[in-house]
Amino acid sequence: MFDKSFLEELRERRRQWDAEKDKFAQNARPRYMTVSGDDVDILYGPESVDQSGYLDKIGFPGQYPYTRGVHHSMYRGRMWTMRQFSGMGTARQTNERYHYLLKQGQTGLSVAFDLPTLMGYDSDHQRSMGEICKCGVAVDTLADMEIIFDGIDLSKISTSMTINAPASILLAMYVAVGEKQGIASHKLTGTLQNDILKEYIAQKEWVFPPEPSIRLITDLMDFCARHIPKWNTISISGYHIREAGATAAQELAFTLADGFQYVESAIAAGQDVDVFAPRLSFFFNAHQDFFEEIAKYRAARRIWARHMREKYGAKKEESWKLRFHTQTAGCSLTAQQPENNLMRTAYEALSGVLGGTQSLHTNSMDETLALPSDKAVLLALRTQQIIMHETGVANTIDPLAGSYYVEYLTDKLEAEAEAYFTEIERRGGVLKGIEEGFFQREIAKSAYRYQKEIEREERIIVGVNGYVMDEEITIPVLRIDETVARDQVASLQKIKQSRDNDKVKRTLEELAVCARGNGNTLQAILDCVRVYATEGEIVDTLRPIFGEYQEPPMF
Amino acid sequence: MAEKIRVLLAKPGLDGHDRGVKVVAAALRDAGMEVIYTGLRQTPEQIVTAAIQEDVDVVGVSILSGAHMTLFPAIVDLLRQRGGGDKLIFGGGIIPDDDIAALEKAGVSKLFTPGASTVEIIDWVTRAVAAKKNDEKLL
Repeated sequence: MFDKSFLEELRERRRQWDAEKDKFAQNARPRYMTVSGDDVDILYGPESVDQSGYLDKIGFPGQYPYTRGVHHSMYRGRMWTMRQFSGMGTARQTNERYHYLLKQGQTGLSVAFDLPTLMGYDSDHQRSMGEICKCGVAVDTLADMEIIFDGIDLSKISTSMTINAPASILLAMYVAVGEKQGIASHKLTGTLQNDILKEYIAQKEWVFPPEPSIRLITDLMDFCARHIPKWNTISISGYHIREAGATAAQELAFTLADGFQYVESAIAAGQDVDVFAPRLSFFFNAHQDFFEEIAKYRAARRIWARHMREKYGAKKEESWKLRFHTQTAGCSLTAQQPENNLMRTAYEALSGVLGGTQSLHTNSMDETLALPSDKAVLLALRTQQIIMHETGVANTIDPLAGSYYVEYLTDKLEAEAEAYFTEIERRGGVLKGIEEGFFQREIAKSAYRYQKEIEREERIIVGVNGYVMDEEITIPVLRIDETVARDQVASLQKIKQSRDNDKVKRTLEELAVCARGNGNTLQAILDCVRVYATEGEIVDTLRPIFGEYQEPPMF
Repeated sequence: MAEKIRVLLAKPGLDGHDRGVKVVAAALRDAGMEVIYTGLRQTPEQIVTAAIQEDVDVVGVSILSGAHMTLFPAIVDLLRQRGGGDKLIFGGGIIPDDDIAALEKAGVSKLFTPGASTVEIIDWVTRAVAAKKNDEKLL
């Protein structure tokens, strides 16, 4: 873009300018760095960015390598989906919250499950004590899912379910709810998180070891290709990797490495990359470093497109496009002066939008204290609506392209991710890396470094190590009553008595046969959930066949 | 040289959020303590058994899932029953103020909430263990 002699002159002028700086005041801070701890230069210009290959590297929205966005018209064609993750207490309470959110203008649902559901335990299991309905809604059987979606037409709404180890079971239940509403499975739209690799790496909600877990996932991908073609089968997630303490480069690299692993596993299972790849989607964090985050999303699109086309031989454009959901960073919120979290979340959400996200969750200001209240949830949603309608940032596509700093960061993050891919391959791949604790150690190191930066006051967090106030927290805290857990257990027991237990036994036996052999596990699980087998019964059927994952403790 | 303080750090229940506990483990280790980390999904039974076998001075428990009112008392009670009532118990997590008061009454010595620094935690453990050892000497 700039000719050589101009760039040489520019570099010389820059050297002079750098030398002049000393005449002026000293830096106010000892170090200037991104949230990821990387040094930031005082100024970026044309000399900071590789100027070659604009069309190859940046190009146009909707065109390879999609640096500027996956869609031709981006937000003019379709606004991002405002998708607030929620789920609380019983199925009935969750259903009420969904009706409330839909009435307020939310455009998609996102289900949060409680820990026993995420871990494959029924509400009456000993290990569920104290956890029932706490972090989300409890689902034991199809009956709970019927209530959650009561009065919500599944052909008109897209639903995202944050579930991983038992993802097949919850998808089967969703299909069964559709059947009861008279909706054919090919009309269902939504996303399943179903990303077990990041569970081993970061979020730690696993049941089975990696190999059988990957089989459950490839079975599900195959089932969806045939019966639920509009379903996004895996939401390959960097969110939790970032929350666990990773840097932006680590989030980017580890998430995409997980994505490549799923692609390789599905290809190895005999599936056609151009059939399954268009249904893979991503889920990234929006942390506090505004420009670094925007660069991260842009780099992610470019890397995915290049690898899918060049390495995995995908031919369809849809297979090259990295579509993603964004959630603002829970780990950036503070319990101190919680209203400040409104501002943090707004800036983070803005970076997601400027980075071209397809859907967005904005956190509520009170989430470091408890589950969010109705008021806090509403303000979080309003934050998105203000960005959408009032700031003007969605009028034009990728408006920060061409910013020397943003392009520099985009190239830098891409290079750092590529360096990690090489390192992961050298170590024997993603599964080997998990087994040896490589990812877990890298993340723990970054988390510890970040904490030390705060404690040395190299990093100021308003209300935590700067601008501290004595305060009385007046935000109302939503509590889940213990009677909710008792009610959930009681309704589970009622279902167990009223269902046809012979049919349950038979379908579970058929599932065991399928799991031992080569059948499609999702098909067999669908038969189990239709007759109200519980989630725990299905997991208990698979556990002796698949085994259980154990993580060696390390820090 | 004074004997190293022995700390057991534990994650009970189904909660998998281990960023905090690992940061605290690294910080206590770097402060010269002997740190044993149980790993995830430990039952109160497993935690208490480890605390007694490892003969630790302090047990630190991390819970971010909301199950604290069930799990902390279970660990405190079991530790007392097994003759480990002399061990200090502290914790960290997303714990509302009212619950902190109730748990401290139930025998948890100290609870740290979001924003607590590792310096505060190191300082508390060091002082609490010193005070306990001093009391034991006097007896």
